[in-house]
Amino acid sequence: MRKILVLAAVAAGIAGSAQAADITGAGATFPFPIYSKWAEAYKKETGTGLNYQSIGSGGGIRQIKAKTVAFGATDAPLKGGDLTKDGLVQFPTVMGGVVPAVNIAGIAPGKLKLSGEIIAQIYLGDIKKWNDPKIVALNAGVTLPDANINPVYRSDGSGTTFVFTDYLSKVSAEWKSKIGANQSVQWPVGIGGKGNEGVSASVKQVANSIGYVEYAYAKQNKLSHALVKNADGNFPAPEEKAFQAAAANANWQEQPGFGISLNNQKGADAWPITSATFILVHAKPENPAEVQEALKFFDWAYKSGDKLASELDYVALPANVKDQVRAAWKGVTDNSGKPIF
Amino acid sequence: MTAATDMTSMPGATPIVRRTPKATFDAVFRNASFGAAMLVLVLLAGIMVSMVVGGWPAFREFGLGFITSSVWDTQNEQYGAWPAIVGTLSTALIALVIGVPLSLGIAVYLTQLAPAWFKKPVATAIELLAAVPSIIYGMWGLFVFVPLFAQYVQIPLSNIVEGMPVVGTILYSRSPSGLGIFTAGIILAFMIVPFIASITRDMLEQIPSVLRESAYGIGATTWEVVRHVLVPQAGVSIIGAVMLGLGRALGETMAVTFVVGNANRLSASILDPGSTIASRIANEFNEALGLQLNALIALGCILFFVTFVVLVIARLLVARVKRY
Repeated sequence: MRKILVLAAVAAGIAGSAQAADITGAGATFPFPIYSKWAEAYKKETGTGLNYQSIGSGGGIRQIKAKTVAFGATDAPLKGGDLTKDGLVQFPTVMGGVVPAVNIAGIAPGKLKLSGEIIAQIYLGDIKKWNDPKIVALNAGVTLPDANINPVYRSDGSGTTFVFTDYLSKVSAEWKSKIGANQSVQWPVGIGGKGNEGVSASVKQVANSIGYVEYAYAKQNKLSHALVKNADGNFPAPEEKAFQAAAANANWQEQPGFGISLNNQKGADAWPITSATFILVHAKPENPAEVQEALKFFDWAYKSGDKLASELDYVALPANVKDQVRAAWKGVTDNSGKPIF
Repeated sequence: MTAATDMTSMPGATPIVRRTPKATFDAVFRNASFGAAMLVLVLLAGIMVSMVVGGWPAFREFGLGFITSSVWDTQNEQYGAWPAIVGTLSTALIALVIGVPLSLGIAVYLTQLAPAWFKKPVATAIELLAAVPSIIYGMWGLFVFVPLFAQYVQIPLSNIVEGMPVVGTILYSRSPSGLGIFTAGIILAFMIVPFIASITRDMLEQIPSVLRESAYGIGATTWEVVRHVLVPQAGVSIIGAVMLGLGRALGETMAVTFVVGNANRLSASILDPGSTIASRIANEFNEALGLQLNALIALGCILFFVTFVVLVIARLLVARVKRY
């Protein structure tokens, strides 16, 4: 039976036609697991399916601009100007953190403390050894080896890289002027791995390495993480409440389309490298009915999807942000100018 | 089908029947096979055209600078292919330097020296190696070879050569991770050995044994026979085999992406991470937009051109052998 359903779905997809009741979306790979989980539960409840292609944030932006999908998904938010230019409405769905993963013999997970400034200098090639005085100063009582540091980065364009480099730009003026924040940057040192799995494989295989991966990925793959000093000078453990703390103190209205960065937010427990992932829809969609279904889906996800998100180590948005997003949906209208949600 | 019916429907006739050729069937068959052959050419032309068209904006924007520039900067939309071209050629060259002597050794041993009971299993094993998917070589490289290479070769070597002139640059790695151009070259060598070895073995076996026996007859040693009789005889076809291996090494993607280190930088050391054209495309294609996409297709265009030239040379060499 399931096979027949799948075949039917594939056939419907190939026909790409009017009778397809599925919502189509494409984009970021980072939220793909939770979007599929939500879609599964949503289909059981409502009968409406979601066809989400995780082709990457860049692809998601391309597809929504080309109007081939009802919504696009991106990890790096579009700027206000780009949103108005293409007539897009942007809103966040879930959050996640980025954690530094390390592989140093004799250092247990969570035992190594780093600051943003130190991480920036490691990735700039200025700090070359693990027993550099700056790292030793933060880690009293930890024996660090006299070994070269092998920095590992994402070699593919990635929202994770955007979040990580955006954080480094915030805490290091040198990083900001030399490298900057982007989905892919010109790394002066280090080795590249393709995807979260490529980075984590390299970190696991290469001794004395450091990399950065999504928190969910680090947790599920039991990577040894390092702690990072936050804006308040604390070293919180990377876990759900630390990501929520980062979101709690943020002013989401500061940027159009909620496109703020949650990096280096104030808060005693706030994890310093946190970010939301975003959805893009057209403000005046060509196919209002399908976009309406998409918004209904995300409304359902806000209401009933938090538990599923938490099971997969994503972090739900604060309730007040969800309400702000729902208010922003009033900007999505059909041809007559009537809000569709 | 109809021909068969003609034969069986005449039970009383003599078995020798001069069948009239069916003109329509022949024509259809000729056209169908012609179409199949043309399809290949059309596909090839289609690939060429779409690559040139797709890459054209990058070629137009940067001109010759696209090939000579070392900057690959997606933030400022500056693209230069030089590090990837150098990476592609140097990994392939390392693969040949390691792989060719190994392959020739295997081929000579199997055809001249090995006891008969040993030939068959080794030859089969080599052919099986050729069928191993490239991702397996890549994963083996990353999970098994890289840590060992870093610990037992790269770190000690870096310590020895540090500060020396020339070798201190070429063989020194700032961060000895085990990943890099040289590692990629070694993995590629493993991948091309089965190809070169099995083709060379076939070629050596085709040499008439009277030649070899004459050489032994006048008192030549095994080495002399191999060096002065066999290799000159099969020389050109060995070069053809090497070219086929080179073609594979130039275009290999997955295995290289695993172990090359994926750094878009040019480094003077062969132990440092780098990238090849194929690995760059594999890494960035998913997220590429606008000019970056054009630049990646232009990279593909360059690789296509290089591989095409290599294969044409191989064909010409093999064709020359066949004329004798």
